[in-house]
Amino acid sequence: MPAALQIALFVIFGLLAVAAAVNLLLQRHPINCALSLVVVMMSLAVLYWSLGAEFLAAAQVIVYAGAIMVLFVFVVMLLNAGEEERTHGSRIAYIAGIPGAAALFCLLVFVFLSERQHLGTTQIGGYLTNATSNIRDISHMLFTSLLLPFEVTSILILIAILGAVVLARKEL
Amino acid sequence: MSHLSPFQTFLLLSILKIAVVLVITLTAVAYTVLLERKVLGRMQNRWGPSRVGPFGLLQPLADGIKLFLKEDMMPLAVERPLFVLAPIIALSCALISIAVVPFGAPAYYRGVNLTQIADLNIGLLVVLGITSIGVYGIALSGWSSNNKYSLFGSLRAAAQVISYELALGLSLVGVVMRAQSLRLRDIVDSQGAHGAFSWNVFGGLQIIAFFIYLMAAYAETNRAPFDLPEAESELVAGYHTEYSSMKFAMFFMAEYANMITVACVATLMFFGGASSPFGHLFDGFANGVVAHVAFSIFWFVFKIFSFILLYIWVRATLPRFRYDQLMSFGWKFLLPIAMVNILATALALAYHG
Repeated sequence: MPAALQIALFVIFGLLAVAAAVNLLLQRHPINCALSLVVVMMSLAVLYWSLGAEFLAAAQVIVYAGAIMVLFVFVVMLLNAGEEERTHGSRIAYIAGIPGAAALFCLLVFVFLSERQHLGTTQIGGYLTNATSNIRDISHMLFTSLLLPFEVTSILILIAILGAVVLARKEL
Repeated sequence: MSHLSPFQTFLLLSILKIAVVLVITLTAVAYTVLLERKVLGRMQNRWGPSRVGPFGLLQPLADGIKLFLKEDMMPLAVERPLFVLAPIIALSCALISIAVVPFGAPAYYRGVNLTQIADLNIGLLVVLGITSIGVYGIALSGWSSNNKYSLFGSLRAAAQVISYELALGLSLVGVVMRAQSLRLRDIVDSQGAHGAFSWNVFGGLQIIAFFIYLMAAYAETNRAPFDLPEAESELVAGYHTEYSSMKFAMFFMAEYANMITVACVATLMFFGGASSPFGHLFDGFANGVVAHVAFSIFWFVFKIFSFILLYIWVRATLPRFRYDQLMSFGWKFLLPIAMVNILATALALAYHG
């Protein structure tokens, strides 16, 4: 695949992700916000894929866009949430929020740029040739060196499920 | 085509493949509708459509013209952008999954595989992911219609699709473990050794997984006996009550395109994809690459056709479930059995390998 096409892929989906994220903040109806978030998730999945993390891309679509966001949309539909009223927001948010966000952005850019050599480089879209299959690597890693964190996370999710069952029981 | 660079060849052939597959799929969708009406008619001791053309064969054309020319009504209080977007999401998600399906033995022309649009390492996950995105079409159509029957229909449909997606995904894990890959071509190749005996449904001992998949897939496509979202006696027509003309047709086509996708996945996962049930027994008769590929495509289409007939047969035979029965069946019966199947398959693989 020519390099121009790889850049185009990155630019299209990168801009789409940013545009959808901005749209998420500007929209007033919760369901439009939820759908913008879905577009962000899907664009991120494409970016992951172009970096060779195809399993991560599929998991992103199935778990975030397909399961969690559907739940969001469901709740919005069931509660029949209306449009938000436009408020001016608190003064503290303006005074502390905007400089804080700018400072965080500058800090991250500084760290990424100064540590460029240590982070290494990658080729956008250069992994779209099906040459590598990283599912085996991921599963091997998860069940050997990362076994303990993996199992602890599973137990954490199990606790959440049990909590949901207990809460639902009380209602019955 | 010799003066084209490899990339240009790839691009041209890909566009050609996409166009051909899209046309064939849409024609297949139209004729699946006709087949369903014909077979249902025969099973209920009547003729089915028989007026337009010989044996009613031009009926899909007449239906298409009718739906195109109907007035496209837009109720006043709908959420307009989402109301228009919902059928587009439903239909495009139903059609995109076909892109990763290998529908014949591999045939290469200038390094491009002609019998599959996109050969991905995570082909199976792509199909599952696109299916899970398809829920948005259903959910948004019901909500944006501003109609309580639509909303009930879409809530039922979305809840049902999300619940049965789990059983569906887990029923395929046994097959993936046997094939050691998520690539659909690898999964097909893992069943190609001895014809029908090495298919996952027979030789692979995944017959329980197959039945779980079949039932979950019927629920996933909102088809009888799990067609509660469009239960006419309770909900008018379900989530597409307010839709008319081509927007309704898009939901209708999405339903049948989903049926074809589900049949494709069942064929690939459990019935050896495009491989012959007789293994390599009759390879001598099909000399040359073209005949070999043609026969493999024939077997693939034959298997899909059988699955669609089964769909129609089930619809003509079984009555509709009640909603609580549907949910408890999915969560308390199919899901545990799918998990036990994964455990059993894993133990058997560990014991043998």
